[in-house]
Amino acid sequence: MDQRKIEFRMAKDRGFEAMVIIFSFLSMIPLFLILFYILRNGLSSLSWEFLIELPKPVGEVGGGIANAIVGSVLLIIIASLPAIPMGVMAGIYLSEHKRGRVSYLLRLAAEVLQGTPSIVIGIIAYLWVVISMGGFSALSGGIALGIMMLPVIVRATEETLKLIPDSLKEASLALGIPYYKTILKVILPAGLSGITTGILISVARIAGETAPLLFTAFGNPFMNWNIIKPVNALPLLIYNYATSPYPEWHSIAWGASCVLVSIVLVLNLVARIIAKRWKVQF
Amino acid sequence: MEGTVLRAVNLSAYFGDNRVVKGVNLSIPEKMVTTVMGPSGCGKTTLIRCFNRMHELIPGAKVEGKAYLREEDIYALNPMVIRRRIGMVFQRPNPFPTMSIYDNAIAGYKLNNFKLSREESDRLVEESLKKAALWDEVKDYLRRKGTFLSGGQQQRLCIARALAMNPDLLLLDEPTSALDPKATAHIEHLMTELKETVTLILVTHNIAQAGRVSNFTAFLYLGELVEFGPTELLHTAPKDRRTEEFLTGKFG
Repeated sequence: MDQRKIEFRMAKDRGFEAMVIIFSFLSMIPLFLILFYILRNGLSSLSWEFLIELPKPVGEVGGGIANAIVGSVLLIIIASLPAIPMGVMAGIYLSEHKRGRVSYLLRLAAEVLQGTPSIVIGIIAYLWVVISMGGFSALSGGIALGIMMLPVIVRATEETLKLIPDSLKEASLALGIPYYKTILKVILPAGLSGITTGILISVARIAGETAPLLFTAFGNPFMNWNIIKPVNALPLLIYNYATSPYPEWHSIAWGASCVLVSIVLVLNLVARIIAKRWKVQF
Repeated sequence: MEGTVLRAVNLSAYFGDNRVVKGVNLSIPEKMVTTVMGPSGCGKTTLIRCFNRMHELIPGAKVEGKAYLREEDIYALNPMVIRRRIGMVFQRPNPFPTMSIYDNAIAGYKLNNFKLSREESDRLVEESLKKAALWDEVKDYLRRKGTFLSGGQQQRLCIARALAMNPDLLLLDEPTSALDPKATAHIEHLMTELKETVTLILVTHNIAQAGRVSNFTAFLYLGELVEFGPTELLHTAPKDRRTEEFLTGKFG
């Protein structure tokens, strides 16, 4: 091959490498832009009072988002209580029965559920819970969010446990340790970091969901701890305030966005740290 | 020969319809090392996994025939009881990664919910680690994770973990195949010491290893027990042509 051809090829190589680098940086821009705008608009309304006070009526200055924070925490707890054990158990089943009809169906169900638009899940929760209970409630919102968490946890658990060598399970069974203890005391602890990471990621995912809450948790301008009454949530508050005509409510929406994004960011960071720190070496 | 620890009578093992162990009759003498030797895929590992009922864990696996542990029918007892009495060491060292060296050594008790006093568990840990010739190397690091040890040390930790249960019989499934020569020599030496107190069955495809450590050798070929006898005799004057061909390196 003559020199010119080689040089042309090397130029193409460099060109390709440059493209890869440029697009890598370009894909970071949206996140930083979002962070920049939210911080610029939201930081000014952030204060201690903003976190612990209730919203004030239109026209009054100040007021906070305490009801939405409490509501979001309630919703996340209601969602997690059934979704975490169910998801982890289903994930265990999948990693224990890699093939088989039930596994196939379960995997399919998890995939489809993960792809189901959140508004549809909201409608389902509305039909099942809101209508049968006769009113909007934190419970119905939590159930909708729990359904959204479930497939993420199932897949995370399965993927984590699949990486644990079979020899570990055999070591335990060969000591005469019963199957359920082998799973609970040997296999699950070895996969704890991956499973916890999956759970945190799924919480981060549902913390910002708005659509399924619109006709379940509904929103509530007051503080509410009762799970069969409507509650406010951060994304609901942002939605309602940002679409309102009042500029002071807009700034509260920016502040709430700031809080929400921080929560999601922190959850993701903690998940990363746990994935690294708790990593088990085989 | 003091007596027989384990006896297989017409034992066959299947993966689905595939018969990988074919009607094996074998008596394992007490406090000796018995080697199960043969080329890869001859059913050595499957055979010993029938003894502690690990074979049946594989979907589609099946066992026919009888096996007796000290004249008790292995397949009439609960597998968990059998596995506490027949220890097993695997090809790759597999200490429990979330547990300390200390907890690994007594994992069989802890996870089986045997209540041990502090002194008892201390004594058991020391005893079994000493039996596995690991105590001197790890006695100052008992609280560290077992996975920090070298491969050879990990394998000895696994031996200690099995010995702690005080088994009637210890199955070693190619325990040195993942280890370097030095660690292998260490484990081989350990096996010759261990036979003073416990009966060992060693699976290996390494003829030299079988010769170095074992008192009796069973030669398995294509799932059939071809020959069984004192190691020296079998190595110097094999009765069967297939044994001789394997020993002289014609196949395997």
